[in-house]
Amino acid sequence: MNKAIDAIIKKYHQDRTRLMDILIDTQDAFGFIHESAADQIAETLDISRVDLEQTISFYHFFSQKSRGKYTVYLNDSAVAHMHGRKEVAKAFEKEAGCKFGGVTDDGLIGLFNTSCIGMNDQEPAAIVNGTVFTRLTPFRVKEIIKDIRDGVQVEDMFRASYGDGNNSLELIKAVVNNNIMKKGPVLSSDYTSGEAIKKIITQGPNDVIEEVKTSNIRGRGGAGFPTGLKWDFCRKARGEKKYVFCNADEGEPGTFKDRVIMTERPRLLFEGMAVAAYAIGAEEGILYLRYEYKYLQRFLESILEEMRYNNLLGKNIGGKKGFNFDIRIQFGAGAYVCGEESALIESAEGKRGEPRDRPPFPVEKGYLEQPTIVNNVETLCSVVKVIINGGEWYKKFGTRESTGTKLLSVSGDCRYPGVYEVEWGFSITDILEMVGAEHVQAVQVGGPSGSCIGPNEFERILGYEDLATGGSMIIINNRRDILKDIVLNFTDFFIEESCGSCTPCRTLPVLMKDKLVKIIQNKGVMQDLMDIERWSGIMKANRCGLGHTALNPILSTLKNFRHLYLDKIQKEIEFDTGFRLEEAVKIGKLVTNRN
Amino acid sequence: MSKTIVATTSLAGCFGCHMSFLDIDEKILDLIELVEFNKSPIDDIKNFTKMCDIGLVEGGCCNDENVHVLKDFRAHCKILVSVGECAIMGGLPALRNTVPLQECLEEAYLNGPSVAGNNESGIIPNDPELPVILNKVYPCHEVVRMDYHLPGCPPRAELIWDALYALVTGDPLKLPYEVVKFD
Repeated sequence: MNKAIDAIIKKYHQDRTRLMDILIDTQDAFGFIHESAADQIAETLDISRVDLEQTISFYHFFSQKSRGKYTVYLNDSAVAHMHGRKEVAKAFEKEAGCKFGGVTDDGLIGLFNTSCIGMNDQEPAAIVNGTVFTRLTPFRVKEIIKDIRDGVQVEDMFRASYGDGNNSLELIKAVVNNNIMKKGPVLSSDYTSGEAIKKIITQGPNDVIEEVKTSNIRGRGGAGFPTGLKWDFCRKARGEKKYVFCNADEGEPGTFKDRVIMTERPRLLFEGMAVAAYAIGAEEGILYLRYEYKYLQRFLESILEEMRYNNLLGKNIGGKKGFNFDIRIQFGAGAYVCGEESALIESAEGKRGEPRDRPPFPVEKGYLEQPTIVNNVETLCSVVKVIINGGEWYKKFGTRESTGTKLLSVSGDCRYPGVYEVEWGFSITDILEMVGAEHVQAVQVGGPSGSCIGPNEFERILGYEDLATGGSMIIINNRRDILKDIVLNFTDFFIEESCGSCTPCRTLPVLMKDKLVKIIQNKGVMQDLMDIERWSGIMKANRCGLGHTALNPILSTLKNFRHLYLDKIQKEIEFDTGFRLEEAVKIGKLVTNRN
Repeated sequence: MSKTIVATTSLAGCFGCHMSFLDIDEKILDLIELVEFNKSPIDDIKNFTKMCDIGLVEGGCCNDENVHVLKDFRAHCKILVSVGECAIMGGLPALRNTVPLQECLEEAYLNGPSVAGNNESGIIPNDPELPVILNKVYPCHEVVRMDYHLPGCPPRAELIWDALYALVTGDPLKLPYEVVKFD
């Protein structure tokens, strides 16, 4: 029996549903989850060892073997590659003396790839023992590895100044930059904490929901479900308790706006959760925060503490008798699919983050089987402004179908990457001009799960009626090889991030990747393109949104950049498996010295 | 009417599928009425002597000889069937696909517990007569076009018979639910 682990389990009241916290603390304390630790946790929580292992193995940041005293997670996103990730990775391998996916012989340094960590506007970026390093160069890598060998703590490794805004606060101290390029109602500094709460406590919950409905605001995570309607469903649903979740998992590659909101406007976000709680009748709220943003933990917790002190959270909020609500932060441990609301809830309950079958929807049966709303960070922030200024005021922004503003996370080939809060209804051309992008070949709207569009569609507008987006916008100029640099990377991402529950999502992206590689190697034929299109229909059978969109990188470019594929395939023959004997025997001949 | 001509082979397989084929028992008498064999271990014809209608292929490709034979089959058979798990997926031999070939051979001939210290010259078998091992085991359809897949390890005798009978007569193959509910 290890006392430290016992203390961790006790800290979470031996509660099985807090397994994520227990595992995170164990991983943080020991660098990995040792077999004996797993035994102890399983036994104390009275769950089977297999049950525990399936949860551990599901998340990228949990491991059962040591990942080194210093663990480097280098972002593997397409945009990181655009900004020289390859050289940085090489430098890490050379300086550390081990390959990615491994640990140095002395157990000091472990190098690992990881999916987008939400720093696309300052790539290449890595997380070393929980601390974020941005804009890495081979030289900077040399310094970091030297510091590691000299035994310097990661917090003390920064040579340059901290990032802008709150990033330099004592409680954050990160080199991360906000890069706020354009402000609107959400990011505006014209906000006094508690204003919305002061207003709602004079109204009934239904009035709040009506106001939100009037504003026509829709979910900002990407799916665009009307927020007022969601709250209404939840309010009317029957349950002993109700829960407010804020989805801050932000795993879509190229999205980082929630990070900026949480760094600069955390009070706005928490107030939004309190407003939602008042509307649906909840007393508990959970901010589900991706592990990549763990560096914000101390800061966010201090804000929660401050709000409790100011009676904006806790008992009888704002002096309103019976308005009780508090928030806790639940960390994930690296899994894109946990951005899907039902997977997020599963994860918060201490399980693998696998999406649930629906119905029932979370508004009926969510967290711990109780009615639950899950809203995006940006949605909850916008709602506060709706409450303060009124739904009619909010409708003045944007278009008829898409009211209000949207925070765009702009990255890739442009002069001014960063966060832009714009009204819905701008065209892609407008945005490109705003961000200083030239010679643009394509824009990936809405991240890998969205669509890749070319110049002939740049007049389309951002909005639920045309180009819906969760905010990720990756700009690709004409020096890039779209198939190799973008589509292949995105497809690898979906292969990595599939939870594996539904067969089409588990297998088809792998098969399609094989086809894509075959096409890139000039071995493809027309039949391959037809197969891709025909087979992809089965993706509808997947349970969640990730599964539905996992082939979008290929399908959307096959539709919008068909010529790139046609240029690569062999036209004179109808069939080719892509097999080449001379390639297949190469190693066999080499090893046995035969030529 | 001339008989349908059938060829069979076992590539990187264990001959289990062929053995299962022989399990049709007395139907073997019907079989010789129905088809004529060409290149096949069943009649020991080593090389194709004419074009065939149906080729039954057991096993995937683990070396260059398998590839040559498979391509020969494709060139000489109108219809080619992957018979059994190894032909369809690589099967048991494909377990080595997770290990790089060099490591695999070194373990087998130089470092493995049963060889370490006993292979003083440190030679990995390299006689020119030996086929060259491929970088991984390939299922048949990754090498040439295959027309049908007959799953099983091995496929049951009746399934092979029914499939062959259906191909010869052109009648649809009866596939009751029990046979296709593999997942």
